[in-house]
Amino acid sequence: MALPEVKQTATDARLAALTLPTGGCLEDARRAALSRVQTLGLPGRRDEYWKYTRPDTLTQVEAPKAAIFDTDEAPMFDEFDRLKVVFVDGVFAPEESDDLSLEGVTIERISDICDKDIHWAKDLYGVLEARGQSPVARPLAALNTAFAQDGLAIHVTGKPSKPINMIYRHSDEGSDAILHHVIRVDAGAEATILENGPAASRFNKCMEIDIADTGKLHLVRAQGRDHERRAATHLFARLGTESEFKSFTLTVNGVLTRNEAVIELTGDDAIAHIAGACAGDGDFHHDDTVFVTHDAVNCESRQVFKKVLRNGATGVFQGKILVKEGAQKTDGYQISQSLLLDDDSQFLAKPELEIYADDVACSHGSTSGAIDEDALFYLRSRGVPEGDATDLLTLAFLAEAVEEIEDEEIAAAIVTRLEGWLARRR
Amino acid sequence: MLEIKNLHVKLEEEDKQILKGVDLTVEAGKVHAIMGPNGSGKSTLSYVLSGKDGYEVTDGTATLDGEDLLDLEPEERAAAGMFLAFQYPVEIPGVGNMTFLRTAVNAQRKARGEEELSAADFLKVVRAKAKTLKIDADMLKRPVNVGFSGGEKKRNEILQMAMLEPKMCILDETDSGLDVDAMKLVAEGVNALRDEGRGFLVITHYQRLLDHIKPDVVHIMANGRIVKTGGPELALEVENNGYADILAEVA
Repeated sequence: MALPEVKQTATDARLAALTLPTGGCLEDARRAALSRVQTLGLPGRRDEYWKYTRPDTLTQVEAPKAAIFDTDEAPMFDEFDRLKVVFVDGVFAPEESDDLSLEGVTIERISDICDKDIHWAKDLYGVLEARGQSPVARPLAALNTAFAQDGLAIHVTGKPSKPINMIYRHSDEGSDAILHHVIRVDAGAEATILENGPAASRFNKCMEIDIADTGKLHLVRAQGRDHERRAATHLFARLGTESEFKSFTLTVNGVLTRNEAVIELTGDDAIAHIAGACAGDGDFHHDDTVFVTHDAVNCESRQVFKKVLRNGATGVFQGKILVKEGAQKTDGYQISQSLLLDDDSQFLAKPELEIYADDVACSHGSTSGAIDEDALFYLRSRGVPEGDATDLLTLAFLAEAVEEIEDEEIAAAIVTRLEGWLARRR
Repeated sequence: MLEIKNLHVKLEEEDKQILKGVDLTVEAGKVHAIMGPNGSGKSTLSYVLSGKDGYEVTDGTATLDGEDLLDLEPEERAAAGMFLAFQYPVEIPGVGNMTFLRTAVNAQRKARGEEELSAADFLKVVRAKAKTLKIDADMLKRPVNVGFSGGEKKRNEILQMAMLEPKMCILDETDSGLDVDAMKLVAEGVNALRDEGRGFLVITHYQRLLDHIKPDVVHIMANGRIVKTGGPELALEVENNGYADILAEVA
């Protein structure tokens, strides 16, 4: 079927400005992804899935400029013992990174997986993204698979002693970065991955995660404080039997962020928790779009998203739980809430459940509200000044999402960032 | 200590006068009780004194040790020594009880130019005071008042009072929803805080609480005014005969 003209024109223009990397073992996967983009067309304003978020700056040919953000605040996760992998404007920077060898994990660049003949990575690249195109199209992810300029293949084979921290630096005001990571967690293996930094003026990131039976992966990311950055990220995860995937994302500032998570529970007794806390003001626009598919018995999934919005900021949540036929004993939970600190901010939510099994427990809720006046008065009557009391209640509001982070020290670091954000806005 | 003169208060949102000229003085070291039928304005008086939104003072004054209370923000009143034990303590999900207590204690100390308590010092004091109110470690850890029983919530109010050591304590129907044992425990907590430098205003419907917290003065409030003032025997009279006789007498 032909694409609508506007979409066709926009897609053609964008594709004409990109060069498909050729040669090597990923070429077929890249070409297949390119053909997906051509078939689907890039997202447009009239697409239902983009009803609440304007995709034009994410799809236009040139990345809109974003000023480099200077701060004297120590970078996120600096206090932790971790293995640092640094990217500058989306390109791996070995001189700034640690030695990539660590017991229990193998880390390679995707550009090396052909020469080094890393089968699992070749077999995974673009596969989960392609699966994730149905029932809802995600053309920006296909674009990523086709044109990704860099990325990592991370193979978790054991239990590495420290987290792997991808640090995304931004150094060029017009940088347009496309990164694609593939991650494989073996049976019984367990790792924590941290991500932070703004990455580029415009950042398109895709992460495909395959977790074998009984494997565990924790992902905590902090999308940096840069005010003008734009990002579209995709997380595709497939979970085997008794495996576990927990993801938390902190977003403060940024003019436009769309974080999609596509989770497939394919083995019995698997657990997936996807959480996010964001805080923004002014022209901040933040979109969490989540699609969790239960395709096995007795799996648990949680979606916990909290947004604090002020001065006209916009928050979007599109979350779906799909329980396939036979996925009995599913335990699905979804909550999305916003705290609107003024009348100008808005929260747009579309929670969805689609259930084809008859023995499941799924609950979902979505709320939008202001600071609880009774709680505020209670705190003030005990001597807590209004500003402090408001901050305390704001952090309390975000707590349910932050509590999804298993590591208490990392959770505390996230809370410190949120406190800083609130303090700067007094 | 607390001096209220000719206090007139109406609701901000509607044209409804609630307090119609309240005169009341609570001296340091004394316990005053206010009784009165539903809707007489007792709770409104407590809210207006602690600074809750939604009320408009149309006339009169309220001072604490000479300082005009009505001009102050709620947190400034607290720092000045005012404390209200709520009739319905508020639940605050996500804020740990201990964090709440420590934030409040240190905010008041800071406002008064005193040094903040260290975490260790604070912990020591709070544990000792919690113990006498039979508040266990779990209640201190849980979010403020969330999942607390009625009695636990009221005990938690008294714990806050004990930690903040206010000059002037107002107890708004602290006995409501308490069984006999819980009431005794709360009353003991209050009695332990009785001190010659501290005033109490106990709002209650029942004589029962006043058996445990013995008042020096009892006021009867009706239709937005103090209509009768007497000794502890006045509370007994209410208990035995209800308000009808007193109201008829002052009408």
